Amino acid sequence: MDLIVENFFNLKVLAETAPYLVRGFLVMIELCLIVIPVGLIGGTIVAVLGSYGIPWLRWLLVVYVDLFRSLPPLVLLVFVYQGLPMMGVDIPALGAVVLSFLLNTSAYYGEIIRAGIESIPRGQQEAARSTGMTRIQTLAYIVLPQAIRNVVPDLISNTLEVIKLTSIASVVALPELLRMARLAQGSTYNPTPLIAAAAIYLAVCWPIVRFLSRFERRMTAKA
Amino acid sequence: MLARLQENFFNLDVAWRYLPSIGEGMIVTIHLAVLIVFTGLGLGLLLAFLRALQWRVLSWPIVIFADIFRALPPLVVLIIFYFAGPFVGIRMSGFVATWLSLSLALAAFAEEIFWAGILSVGRGQWEAARSTGLRYGQTLGYVVLPQAVRLAIPPLTNRTIAVTKMTALASVVAVEEILANAATAQAYSANTTPLTMAAIAYLVIFVPLVAFSRWIEHRFAWKH
Repeated sequence: MDLIVENFFNLKVLAETAPYLVRGFLVMIELCLIVIPVGLIGGTIVAVLGSYGIPWLRWLLVVYVDLFRSLPPLVLLVFVYQGLPMMGVDIPALGAVVLSFLLNTSAYYGEIIRAGIESIPRGQQEAARSTGMTRIQTLAYIVLPQAIRNVVPDLISNTLEVIKLTSIASVVALPELLRMARLAQGSTYNPTPLIAAAAIYLAVCWPIVRFLSRFERRMTAKA
Repeated sequence: MLARLQENFFNLDVAWRYLPSIGEGMIVTIHLAVLIVFTGLGLGLLLAFLRALQWRVLSWPIVIFADIFRALPPLVVLIIFYFAGPFVGIRMSGFVATWLSLSLALAAFAEEIFWAGILSVGRGQWEAARSTGLRYGQTLGYVVLPQAVRLAIPPLTNRTIAVTKMTALASVVAVEEILANAATAQAYSANTTPLTMAAIAYLVIFVPLVAFSRWIEHRFAWKH
């Protein structure tokens, strides 16, 4: 028991390494604020292009989505981070993370938003078009607002995954929470910072998990 | 430009040299993935079954377990098992640490998905089954679970693929799977071709699974 307290809940070590953890936490938040909007925009573009009804484009996007659903995000990240410099493109760790997250998350968000667009009856688009709205206007004012509302739980669930996924940025030495916790562990030779990092992830993600569970229960109760 | 691309990403000499290493990595990845799928789904189903018995002493810990392992990033759990475990006398290989951490993540999601399936089976079916003389456990096992599992299959397939893909994380704890072998090969050869091969190796394993999950989604779509 003493061994556990000494190594996992050591207050002295925690106080000493708290500044590292705070910095890591801030970088993690920053990262989320970049990759989530970028992924959502990318996903919307993928979904909208896919619903245009052009067969070859639709086919191309299915290939795109399945390709990035099949590649582990970490493989993609390492590939971008190590590969681009070989082509003479110098990319900082943050750039590699954002680019690989864009490719990965736009595929997942795209699939979700596409399902939302397909849930809107075609008649609405035809009605909107016949009142003189352009294609873009129909999409922006009629289809997308309803489509996105229909898939909010899935979007939140995927966003939870994206937040958790930011931890892999530690592999390319981006100083986010997990990376800073590991550095702190290395310098104090005590794993308390790792436990503290886990507690921070839990504090951020648990409310989302709870919300999703309650939402699901409400949906089942309705059905 | 094109020559440079070919030289660095599709270099046949390098590819030939490291093909055996990537192949060995594929076997480790598949081995790990199969273990995780069986342990994770089995544990998830067991937990959902226990939760459905509605004993408070059991269902509370199950809910807390599922919440924690859905909220924590698998890489964080993996690193704690592998790097923090030895400090309190728990030592495991990178392989076991990956197996354990991803199985727990999959079990947490699977439990929630099975549980949602169990809840969606109508109250009337429980009552009907009970009134024919089936005991509570029998009702759960023979009437409710078979339907719940069917309902759970599409979301479960997607989640299982997402979690098994994360076996790439094992490269962080020195397991010689695809990504780790490719990164080593890349360092030795100063060439990105092994990483291209790794990407292709993952596609070979996972594209059929993703295509299968699309088919499952249509096949098992809930018809109202």
